Amino acid sequence: MTEKRNVYLTTTNLQIGYVHRKTENRLFEGLNLSLPAGQLICFMGPNGAGKSSLLRTLAGLQAPLSGKIEIFPPAESGGQARQISVVLTDRINTLNLTVEEVVTFGRYPYLGWNIRLTAADKKIVKAAVEQVRLEPLLQKKLYELSDGQLQMVMIARALAQDTPLILLDEPTAHLDLNNRLEIMNLLRNLSRHTEKAILLATHELDLALQTADLIWLTGKNRDILTGFPEDLVLNGSFDEIFAFKGFDLRTGKVRHDAFRGITVQLLGEGAAYLWTKNALERTGFSISAGHQEISVSLVEDRTRLRWIIKKHTRVEEADSIENLLKSL
Amino acid sequence: MQRKITIRWTLLLLALILLFALNLSLGSVSIPLPEIFKIIFDGKATHSVWTDIVWDFRMTKALTCVLAGAALAAAGLQMQTLFRNALAGPDVLGLSAGASLAVALIFMAPSGSIALFAHPHPLLVSLAASAGCIFVLIIMLWVARKLQDHVSLLIVGLMVGATTASIVSVLQYLSKAEEMRVYILWTFGSLGGLNWNEIRILSIATFIGAGLAFSQIKTLNAWLLGDQYATSLGIKVGKSRVMIILSASILTGAVTAFCGPIAFVGLAVPHLTRLVINTHNHKILIPAVLAGGAALLLFCDIVAQLPGSTYVLPINALTALIGAPVVIWIIVRNKKLRV
Repeated sequence: MTEKRNVYLTTTNLQIGYVHRKTENRLFEGLNLSLPAGQLICFMGPNGAGKSSLLRTLAGLQAPLSGKIEIFPPAESGGQARQISVVLTDRINTLNLTVEEVVTFGRYPYLGWNIRLTAADKKIVKAAVEQVRLEPLLQKKLYELSDGQLQMVMIARALAQDTPLILLDEPTAHLDLNNRLEIMNLLRNLSRHTEKAILLATHELDLALQTADLIWLTGKNRDILTGFPEDLVLNGSFDEIFAFKGFDLRTGKVRHDAFRGITVQLLGEGAAYLWTKNALERTGFSISAGHQEISVSLVEDRTRLRWIIKKHTRVEEADSIENLLKSL
Repeated sequence: MQRKITIRWTLLLLALILLFALNLSLGSVSIPLPEIFKIIFDGKATHSVWTDIVWDFRMTKALTCVLAGAALAAAGLQMQTLFRNALAGPDVLGLSAGASLAVALIFMAPSGSIALFAHPHPLLVSLAASAGCIFVLIIMLWVARKLQDHVSLLIVGLMVGATTASIVSVLQYLSKAEEMRVYILWTFGSLGGLNWNEIRILSIATFIGAGLAFSQIKTLNAWLLGDQYATSLGIKVGKSRVMIILSASILTGAVTAFCGPIAFVGLAVPHLTRLVINTHNHKILIPAVLAGGAALLLFCDIVAQLPGSTYVLPINALTALIGAPVVIWIIVRNKKLRV
């Protein structure tokens, strides 16, 4: 990875927080970050660490306490609105506007007072709508949409703004797994195919680890650790910051207490093996590959799965994990 | 979608023209409608008195209805969007309260043993009302620069209103019955007293105020998403806010100066208009609200003349009578309340 990427935004010794009655509440200090082109960056950290504040500050919606934020290339006209678009957590679900109207809002930095769209503007809006696959919803009012659809509308609006940088604050909060996956995939594809730099604050650890190009992790000392997702997992940064309770990030599993004190030999392979292991560990058995008094082997016919259980000398058979656990 | 809006626009404009014609045809002297058209378009009439009546009384009054209704409604819409509050109206900035205080001072000051004016000239009343509005406006602009958040601004506006109202109460307590009557008559509002010169001033003010409102279409729309999104879309929030307050103040101030404090039009019209033209898009909504405000005030004025053909009810009583049920209805339908 020696290739030098185009960088859209850098911060130099940035201090972030807010001032309330002359007392300064510092959330981050000494930040030297950069947002490279074509990268999807997930910004993670516990609640209250100041993720939203950092996003707002980078987007120019909140003044930094000190330090410098530079955007490349510098704004020529129209200001920062043509460089950074944002998707925030503000609720907008009661508005009496159509999806099309809201996506069109993305063109505002380029329009005059009477918001007359040129042919080029219309084309950009259409492309944004297509990328997010909102065509069937175009004439729907915002208050008719689900949370996931609303989020898609706001992302389409950000795309219509046609900025090299997109900052999103928890775009997948309150969504179901399918919607979360869809949004993460969409953002990843966008960053790859359009060379946009996309920064999103999120709590979706599993999704972030599997999609992000880079991770920003809020540190202990008001700083931010950056790195590849896998490196941060292996060097224990995640464990340190989140102080996981009963979750082993390196294996991606919830830690189980083998309270039964019984070890079972499990023989098999594939998804069925993994899920059987999961079931046994979940219910308090420990698993071993070596010889044990109890052994379970997976037999996969063309038609169905069977579990053969050998207990001392007895041999039993189960046709589901539920029955397997019963005979154990 | 586009066609539906066009049809509804046509209906709205048709209603406006109809109400205007109806308004012209009503009055204590009965003049047939064809005659009225002849007077307006030919300048000739069967009786020369009719020409004077139509031009100097009915036309001025109908035009005042149009201008005042449009102005108050546009001010109300802007306040509702600015404060994201469905129950905001032009009076939330305390402007009419400021005007009331100034006028109350003129009418009732003699009782405070300050004989300012023996018989206040109507123009003096207008000037005082404008001065009161401008005074409150300056306070509000100063506060708007100090306070970043809209709710605080809304509360300050209401507090300014409450303060001036209580000063007016003190004045009322001290004043003689006759003086109080004059003041109370003013608070009833009047659409009929304007001459052509005053209408000229009112229309200039309405055009400037409406022009400012049109210049803020983009801002008002972006504002619907909240301050943060508006800023991210390149809207200069502070500057726009001053422009919107200025627009609403010019509109409200001019109407209050010439017609007295007309309540509820500014609050109710944006909601009524949205029943016809169902959108929050200000590019459509601002012109619709201007037409809707004009239509509503023409309607109120027609109703005011109906009971007996010689007697005209106070306009403020009627706007409230029509406006208050609307407010109740908005609250009852709360789950569909959208600003």
